[in-house]
Order: sequence, then structure tokens, then C-alpha cells
Amino acid sequence: MTAVAPPRGTRTERKPSPTRGRAPLALWAIGLVAVVPAFAPIAYLLWSVVRAGVTDTSGITVGRLLELLTSTAILVVAVTITTAVLGTATAWLTTRTDLRGRRMWSTLVTLPLVIPSYVGALAMLGTSGNSGLMTEALRAIGLPGLPVFSGFWAAWAALSLWNFSYVHLLSVPAIRRMDPALEEAARGLGSSRWRTVRTVVLPQLRPALLSGSLLVALYVLSDFGAVSLLRYETFTRAIYAQFRGRLDITPALFLSGFLVVVALILVWAEQKSRGRANLAARRPTRPAPTLRLRSAARLLAYGFLSSIVVGALVLPMLTLTWWTVRGLSLGSTVNSVVPELIRSVSVSGVAAVVTVLAAIPLAILTVRHAGRPTRLLESITWSAYSLPHLAVGLGFLVLALRFVPPLYQTVLLLIIAYVAMFLPQALTSAQIGLGQIGTSIEEASRGLGSGALATLRRVTLPLLWPSLLAGAALVFLTVMKELPATLLLRPTGFETLAVRIWSASSELFYTQASVAALVLVAVSAVPLYFLVARDLHD
Amino acid sequence: MKRSVAFLAAIALLAACGGGDGGATTTTEELAETTTTVPAETTTSEAAAPETTDAPAEALVLYSGRNEDFVEPVIEAFTAETGIEVETRYAGTGELATTILAEGGDTPADVFWAQDPAFIGGIAKEGLLTELPADLTDLVDERFQDAAGQWVGITGRSRVFVYNTDLVSEDELPETVWDLVEPEWSGRFGVAPTNGSFVAFVTGMLLAEGEDRTREWLEGIAANDPVIFEGNGPIVDAVVAGDLDGGLVNHYYLLQRIAELGEVPAANHFFGDGDPGSMVMATGAGILASSDQQDAAAELIRYLLSAESQEHFLGLYEYPMIDEAGTPEGQPPLSELAVFDISLTDTADTLEPALTLISESGLN
Repeated sequence: MTAVAPPRGTRTERKPSPTRGRAPLALWAIGLVAVVPAFAPIAYLLWSVVRAGVTDTSGITVGRLLELLTSTAILVVAVTITTAVLGTATAWLTTRTDLRGRRMWSTLVTLPLVIPSYVGALAMLGTSGNSGLMTEALRAIGLPGLPVFSGFWAAWAALSLWNFSYVHLLSVPAIRRMDPALEEAARGLGSSRWRTVRTVVLPQLRPALLSGSLLVALYVLSDFGAVSLLRYETFTRAIYAQFRGRLDITPALFLSGFLVVVALILVWAEQKSRGRANLAARRPTRPAPTLRLRSAARLLAYGFLSSIVVGALVLPMLTLTWWTVRGLSLGSTVNSVVPELIRSVSVSGVAAVVTVLAAIPLAILTVRHAGRPTRLLESITWSAYSLPHLAVGLGFLVLALRFVPPLYQTVLLLIIAYVAMFLPQALTSAQIGLGQIGTSIEEASRGLGSGALATLRRVTLPLLWPSLLAGAALVFLTVMKELPATLLLRPTGFETLAVRIWSASSELFYTQASVAALVLVAVSAVPLYFLVARDLHD
Repeated sequence: MKRSVAFLAAIALLAACGGGDGGATTTTEELAETTTTVPAETTTSEAAAPETTDAPAEALVLYSGRNEDFVEPVIEAFTAETGIEVETRYAGTGELATTILAEGGDTPADVFWAQDPAFIGGIAKEGLLTELPADLTDLVDERFQDAAGQWVGITGRSRVFVYNTDLVSEDELPETVWDLVEPEWSGRFGVAPTNGSFVAFVTGMLLAEGEDRTREWLEGIAANDPVIFEGNGPIVDAVVAGDLDGGLVNHYYLLQRIAELGEVPAANHFFGDGDPGSMVMATGAGILASSDQQDAAAELIRYLLSAESQEHFLGLYEYPMIDEAGTPEGQPPLSELAVFDISLTDTADTLEPALTLISESGLN
């Protein structure tokens, strides 16, 4: 569970720490340094909106803003609802029913997370249209082919298929934690099955669902690759169009700042609507009884799970493989992606390590010295996490140019941006781990004469190790897939797998793009499988 | 307490600068060492810095709006011949132009090679390019270079209307780009409004036909339900596959696809004389004024204009800029082409208005 995309609800799980007290000043200083990268681009982008608001919006009209806002909002709402339904259904089927191979199914519906949505979109393009894989297959048996997947429906399908796993991952533990006694009591008191679901089951699921939905909504808001490839107009696509279609960078910055405002409102709304709901970490007295499915329902369930797995996993992998094989057999020249692979893996690895290192002091501050100021630090890191990466990338690009030119187009800046964007993934893991360790063992160590440093080194960190590793794996996975900020901030010549996939697929060099995409998926699957899928049902 | 402070400071220091070593390959095993013992941390961070990804000071930095597969072989040949290392940043011409403008005098770029005259004209107008040596500007026809000699054409390409020969009959073809605003073309063609070539074409139209006519055309196109793409290649692929009837693109994409796939049911259509839809545009290269490697930069451009490179571009169906190199196979010679009569140097002044017009028309 710890390796799951950070459940925001877990912040309320922590028990108040007995050693709550004043944190050492140095710890504070370090904590502040760690959140600077997260704070800087937000502040800068918001400022660029304020500045443009009073002077000049560079040809971006209110009508245009509303148009973008509407098209983006429609997609966000549609995908969020779809993923909530899909993710809850898969979670419920794989935890509470007597389907065969529940663990396998649960892993299979988690695996689509290794497919970045732009790779999914690429596969959708490669499977539809007159030259697509499905079209050729359908025509071979005398059926009409598929039209090119594009526009709203394509974007909706792509973002739903490659994001619902977040909801699944968050819902599985929530469903497992549900106390069956509550449901039985409700039924026993004469509540109908539906009413029980509505008044007892759903409220228990609410925090997980809200967290999952927020995660998905923010992802859709920030998605750039999929909507661009599938040609659906959203904010991020408009920002990129302004960036590449104009000489002046101001309109792109203005739109980015506006998008930041939207993202912050979403985060705020989620916190409001969750209220004080407590995602109680207690274990149920006994596991819930598994529901025996009748044969019709069982068939339906298998059909549902298989079609999701086929759509989100089998079909895209098949398409990428097909394009690779076909391209190579037709003699397409494919450049080696080994240098890109090495760059991707090393930059993701370094980013994961640095992020975890930055998360340790922050976790100690927020868990052992919880209070209003530490909460503020924490919400700053969350704000940066919630921002569209394209906006963060633009913010860092301009900030570096204006204030720290030597940083510009360096791997260091790229890594700072990754840390800023993904710190909460490592932080949440570390916080949960620290919360579970408790303070008594640390106090015992101190009582036996060890200093604070020795205690941290010999007691706390070794115990925290699995949580830190989980956080690192998650950051690694996310950085591997990250596209827009990498595109903007990479040093010249520093092409990563994601960049290569993007440049090849925007010119529709399917063979080249497919080779790079297959490599990216294969490498991403390792941390995901070992740290997420495997632990989920233990 | 003091020791814990020191330990945490070490961690923070790593957090702040650990990434500076570029492509350091830190594995999880190394991470395991680092978190258990303090000294290991610092040594790992220092030791694991085998390669710096920043370009070494002497490497020439090229910002290329041209595709990697198109450029890379020539760059490799250049390095092999001159020993000058080149780091190339590949991205869209518009992205690179915006980036250079944002970078200003601090730009790491030494050479900018743009896909079209408009954006490089804009950069020249901002005073960011330097005057090229006369031996370079002498090589190229005046119609394809900056009047102030700040950039030269490397290759030429023509705007065309690519169409699917199964879906569109010859008598149905548009005679001018204006036909595309008519209802019979509604929803049947693709454009790439944020692509440099399209922007340059609108710039040319603005110069020749004025603001009102250009606005009218853009709004007519935007209202005619065009299929919006990011680039030319995907438009040609859609036309070849029969997913789309036609599109406004550059001439060589189709020729490359034919070379790759053999016969395809698609053809290039050149609009009538003087029509902006078929203007010939140069891909231009210039040297950044802030470059501290002016000689090496000029050397690169000289190599791009050498007979050898021009031959390579010809093989990729672009019009060479030096006379003796010839004409792309199956294409009308440059002299016979309905070259759109603009002084390309003026495109700089019309770039921003053109971009604003495109933006206001709702095409992007």
C-alpha cells in the first residue's frame, strides 16, 4: 500500500506524536530549502497572471479562456467519473468476490500504469484508421475498418484506460479495511441492500474515492501528450501551441498561471469536501465474507475484467509490437535507443534518490513536530505536485533564465524540477513509515545513551528503509514517464526515452516510436510490479 | 544534538546538489549504502559522477528546427570531417525561436537552423543574429537570404496541397487556397496551424494580400472545420492512408513516404501561378551574435552549403540552394516553379501580426 500513488487521505491517519515539540532550527532550515523548488514556480506563474491581468494578455481573450476552460472541464469530469466507476468495480471484484485469480486480475489492472498516456494514445492511433492494426484485422474478416481515433471520445477513452488504476490501487485497501459488521448491522436493522451501499459502504469508501478522483482529475488537467496526439483541445495543448506558435513566451506563461489557479482550486475543493473524514487505519475485526457470484454474474465479471485488460494492456502492447516488427521487416531504419535508455534510467534514479533524501527531513518535521507551520510546508509540496508539468516546466525555464542562468539547461535543473513535482510521492511513503515506527523505540535508544544522530542512523532509518525504497520506486516510475517538463528543461542533446517517443510520434514515425515505447514500458514495469502490484493484496 | 544537525545538513546538501553530477548512475544498491552510513553518502555522490551531460565548452550548439533523422547524418559527417563536436537540440522551429528569445544574450545556441524564414527572421529582427561571412551569402540566391546577410537559405521547399487520388478527382482540386474556404471542402482537409511552415506561409500571404484578405482567409479556413495537426508528416500519413482527403503541407513529405512505401494513392498539387499556397520557402540558418565560436559556427553553415550536404538534401527531395546541385527527382526546377514573389527579409515584420491573426482566427 505504501508504494501506491500517494493517497492524500493518509495525512489524516497519523496519530499525534508524543514527541511533538519544537523542531531544531536546522531541521526547519533544511525543510524550507527542500520546499523552495516547489514554491518558486507556483509563485512565479501566479505572478505572471497577476501581471498580465493588469496589463496585457497578449491576444488571449476571455472568450478563448472560457472555451478552453469548458473543453478541459468536460474532459476532466468525464474521465474522473469513468475512472471512479472502473477503479471501484475492479477493486471490489478483486477483493470481495469469489472470482478465480483475483490477485492476478488485480495485478493485471494495475499494470496499465506503466503505459504513459501518450504511449497509449500512440497505440490508439496505430490501431485505428485505414492503416491501423485493428482496421487491417477487421478488414481481413470482411468488416469495415475503424475511423481514426481522435477528438473528445479518444481522449476520454485514453485517459480513462490509463488512469483508472490509480482509483483501483486506492480502493483496494479501503475496501479491505471496511468492517463487515457495519454492513451486517445495517442489513439486520432492515436496510435494503442498495440503501446499505449508499449509507454505509460508500461513506467508508469516500476518502479513497475522493483521493483517487483528485489524482485522476489533476492528471487529466495536466496531460499534454495524449490530448495533443489525439487532437483534443485543452489548456495544456493551448499552452504548448502558444509556446511554439508565438515568439513571445508571455501568452504561454499567462495560460500556465491560469491553469495553476484551476489546479489549486481543485485541490482546495477536494480538501473541503473530504472535510474531517477520517480514513481510519484500524483493521476490521475479521475479513468481510466473499460474495459468491452466480454464473451469469461471474461471466459478466470475467468479461468486464478481460475487456479492460485487453483495452488498456494487451491491445497497446500488441500494436506497439506489431508496428515494431512490421517497420523492421519493411526495412525502416531504427536508431538505437540505448543512449536514451541510459539517460532515462540514470536521471530517474538520481531524481528518486534526491527526492527521498529531501523527503526525510520533511517527514520528520511533519510527523514528529506536527503543527500549523509544518502543515503549511506540506501543502506547498502538494501544490507543486498538483500542477501541470508543462506549467512547472515553463516556470522553471523562465526562472532559471532570469535568476540563475548557470542552471539553465542542466541536468541539475531537470532534477530540481522533478523533486519539486514529485516530492509528495516520497514524502507520503516516509510519513506513513515514520508514523508506523512510533516514538517509543526511538526514545528507548535515546534513553540508552544514543544521540539523536545515532538514533536516526541506527534505529529510525533502517526501520524506515522499506518505505523510503517504495517512495523512491514510485518517483522513479513517474520520472521515467514524465514528458512536458523534460521536453522544456532537458540539456541540449539529452534525449530521454520519453522525448524520443514524443518526437518520433509527433511525426508519426511509428516504428521508431514503438521501439522506444516498448523499452520504456519494460523498464517501468519492474518497479511497478515489485513495489505496487505485489504488495497490494498482502 | 549537534551531530544530528550535521547529519541532516549533509542530507540536505545532497538534496540540494546531488543531482549536479548529471548522468550519475546511482542504483538502488548504492542508495542502500548511502542511507545506512553517512560517509558512504558523500563518496557515492562524488564517485557516481562519471559523465557530465552538459556540453563540453568546445562543442558547438546547434538548435535545429529540422527533424533529427534529416539532420543527424550531415552533422556526423561534419564532425568527422572537421573534428568539431556538435550538440544538437531538436525541437519545433517555433519552440526554439521562443526559447532563443527568452534566453536572449545567454542563449547556449551558436547556430539556429530554422524550418522556415518567418521565425528566423523574427530572431534576426530582435538583433540576436550576427552578419554572416560574405563567402556564405554569396553562395545563395538573394531571394532566399536575409537582406542584411544575417541568415541564409540551406534548402528550399514548396508549399503544396497533398491529396488522396482515390478520394479526390483531378477536376475537383482547388485552384487556389481560397477554394478551401468553400463548403465543398468542409472537414476534408488538414492544416498544422502552429507549425513553422504554415506560419511562414501566412506571413507570405499577409505581405502579398494584406491583413484584411489574410484574416478573411484564416477565418474562412477555421470555420470550414479543418482537421488540426501539430505537424506536416501526420497530415501526409492521414492522406496516404485515406483517412483524410487532402492537406496543406510542404512538398517533400509525400516524396519521402513514396520512397519508403513505394506507390501510394496520393499526389502533390501545386496551386496556380502566384498563389500563396505554393510559395517556395527557405529553411534558414544563422549564427547567434552571442556565440563565442563564430568561426566554428560559420564552418558548420559552410558545410551545410557544401556540394556534399546539398547533395544529401537533394536526396531527401528538398531544393538545394547552390545552383549546380540540381532539382529533386520528379519536381519542377526552382526557376520554373511559381515562386511566390516576396522579399523574404520582410517576413520578420509580418511575423507577429501573422501569429496574432492565426491566434485570433481560432486556428490554434
